[in-house]
Amino acid sequence: MNSTAAPTRRPIHPPKASASLFPYNPGSLLSASDLTLDAISHILTRASALENQDPLTRDRILAKRRIALLFYESSTRTRTSFELAAKALGADTTLVSSLSSSIEKGESLKDTGLTLRALGAEAIIIRHNSSGAAWLLEAETRLPVLNAGDGMHEHPTQALLDLRTILAHLRPAHLKPATQSVDAETLAGITVTIVGDILHSRVARSNMLLLPRLGARVVLCGPKELLPEMAAQTGPGITIERDFEAALRQSQVIMMLRIQAERLAGLQLDLEEYKLNYQLTGPRLAALAPTAMVMHPGPIIRGLEITAGVADGPQSVILEQVTHGVAIRMAVVERALNLVPNGARA
Amino acid sequence: MTPLLIRGGTLIDPGAGVEALKDILLKDGRVAEIASPGKIKANGSEILDATGLTVAPGLIDMHVHLREPGQGYKETIASGTAAAAAGGFTAVAAMPNTRPVNDSPEITRWMQAADRGASIRVFPIAAATRGSKGEAINDFAALKSAGAVAVSDDGLPILKDSIMRETLAAAARVGLCVIQHAEDTRMTHFSGGVASMNAGPMAFRLGLRGWVNEAESSIVERDIRLVQELRDSRIHLHVAHISTAAALAAVRKARRNGLRVTCEVAPHHFLLNNEHVGMYDTNAKMCPPLRAEADRNAMIEGILDGVVDAIATDHAPHAVHEKEVEFEYAPNGITGLDTALGLSLRWLHKEGKLPIGRVLSLLSAQPAALLNLKGRGTLAVGSFADVVIFDPKAEWTYNARATKSKSRNTPFDGWKMQGKVRWTISEGRIAYTSD
Repeated sequence: MNSTAAPTRRPIHPPKASASLFPYNPGSLLSASDLTLDAISHILTRASALENQDPLTRDRILAKRRIALLFYESSTRTRTSFELAAKALGADTTLVSSLSSSIEKGESLKDTGLTLRALGAEAIIIRHNSSGAAWLLEAETRLPVLNAGDGMHEHPTQALLDLRTILAHLRPAHLKPATQSVDAETLAGITVTIVGDILHSRVARSNMLLLPRLGARVVLCGPKELLPEMAAQTGPGITIERDFEAALRQSQVIMMLRIQAERLAGLQLDLEEYKLNYQLTGPRLAALAPTAMVMHPGPIIRGLEITAGVADGPQSVILEQVTHGVAIRMAVVERALNLVPNGARA
Repeated sequence: MTPLLIRGGTLIDPGAGVEALKDILLKDGRVAEIASPGKIKANGSEILDATGLTVAPGLIDMHVHLREPGQGYKETIASGTAAAAAGGFTAVAAMPNTRPVNDSPEITRWMQAADRGASIRVFPIAAATRGSKGEAINDFAALKSAGAVAVSDDGLPILKDSIMRETLAAAARVGLCVIQHAEDTRMTHFSGGVASMNAGPMAFRLGLRGWVNEAESSIVERDIRLVQELRDSRIHLHVAHISTAAALAAVRKARRNGLRVTCEVAPHHFLLNNEHVGMYDTNAKMCPPLRAEADRNAMIEGILDGVVDAIATDHAPHAVHEKEVEFEYAPNGITGLDTALGLSLRWLHKEGKLPIGRVLSLLSAQPAALLNLKGRGTLAVGSFADVVIFDPKAEWTYNARATKSKSRNTPFDGWKMQGKVRWTISEGRIAYTSD
């Protein structure tokens, strides 16, 4: 050994972590980061085509195919929208929720997934309170799995429907709406500010991973208890701005997140102070971002992160987001079942 | 017992400073004679041809979980020690977080009874506090008489200052080491759940609650302060599975100040970092968690510069079904007895150029000294005939399915190993022979 005082760099570099743990089923959608720009373009294009298709021909696309919705958490928007989307394509859906199933008796996620597969499910849409659950389900069943929200981790269809909503308003003129194709410049020059409880938000993570790949700048805004500095390292194109008003001034898109009052209490954050600093109010919006789109993944807590006037106001696209969700989920469900294992579309 | 004559091997006994071709005669469970090759007459002993092989003191793992009593589906003393023997170990120190917790002389004796079917020596570490609840300390003198070699509430910290102070003082009086699981649970347990991986960008990205380095280092610093205040030179504080640069720095400083503060590091903490969690690999989940690359490098530095006193595996077997669950719900821990020697030789010796004697010392002589195991960790004449004989040149690939443990929760499945165990001899009896 050399005996110099300065610590030397040691040549001990065992195998690095591998990028992926197991081959994804190509029909799965687990993370927004799994989607190539081509895949995003394909989903957006199919969403528009399916939305405009005659319901009587559309429901032959997945006629009598079986799709299970496995929900470990309550949900209004996501569950209904996935269910309507699958049914619009003619699929049979069944809902398994943790409170009315053998999950209550202690059945594991693995066994629940294998049971659904044995019952003939060809794809599973999962909402789960624990981060990574969708990966486990896919590893155990090898079925196409659609992640409808896993813990604090990701909610990729929300990011896609948010993207579709943004494009509906801010689509650059030179891009032909008919093709719906996107590239790394599609959202160049656009700043999307995500405000609030970033730490616990799967919507924030999926949007942080999706939007910068299309050229958007993502600004995260919130107090450090809800937005640790390291959030900026999640991917490229992400910055932190603690001052809400400074963030608003730069934004074409403002994405407000739900604040859970009990979570603020747990972190010893004062609710009134939070509202003072981060609530999106009419005067604030009018003064600092009079033309920006106001988004919210829901459920909204009126009077907390957003005032009723802003939620119902002309800049709000909150209900449009919900509508876009059905179209996006039709495309994603179709993709789940119409891809054959080698990755080609059938 | 037929005497064993080990012929033609290279004896490496780091404690005695020996590294030479020697023949060794083992008789009545002890090392009877060491001599130049060919000098010892067979006289009816069984001959082990160790030509080209290394002969060393049997390895000692001072931190394992054998799961008995109470959780035989994960591991038994018989299965765990069989895996240990296959890994070159001749002694293991078994942590007390069994069901029930080993906080009594009865359980301590039960674990060492012949009926357990151990293939090597098991040294129980008894709980420091009743039920490892951190509230009332146990009768250390009685536990030591029953065979306990240290006290620890491993799996949990001894959190309260007053209890830790009392534990250090009482253990010192009977000559036992206090092994601390350094985790300030007030920083790792949240209202919504428990930290399940290292705090940092990776945990944020995966949406998992993070275990901050300070939760370890603040306890180590607090414990060192208590040792300092108590001013009793008999006190021995040992930090289990150290994983952060800050905690290691605190140990280094305490040692410079003349305190008896020691530490162990697990192979996963010097070989893996938190990137190995990948997409929620539960075989990369343990406590303390895999850390950032800077901390991993600090563990390597600590091994090379000598502040790390021992390599210990924290062998923590869990059944397959327990690990095939959501990451946050999976139990902490990985197995380690199969892979400690192969990984240490490959990465510390072959790649890191640490002399083989130093590697073997971290796995035998040094843990023997920490736990005060007389006559072990050395092959001097008269010591226990605890021997590992291995081929130092052999490269092999670890197959977790081939383990003798009941569990196979390891992140090292398929990894290349260096050094293949040929025989493990426990007190003069062959405990393992490779096929």
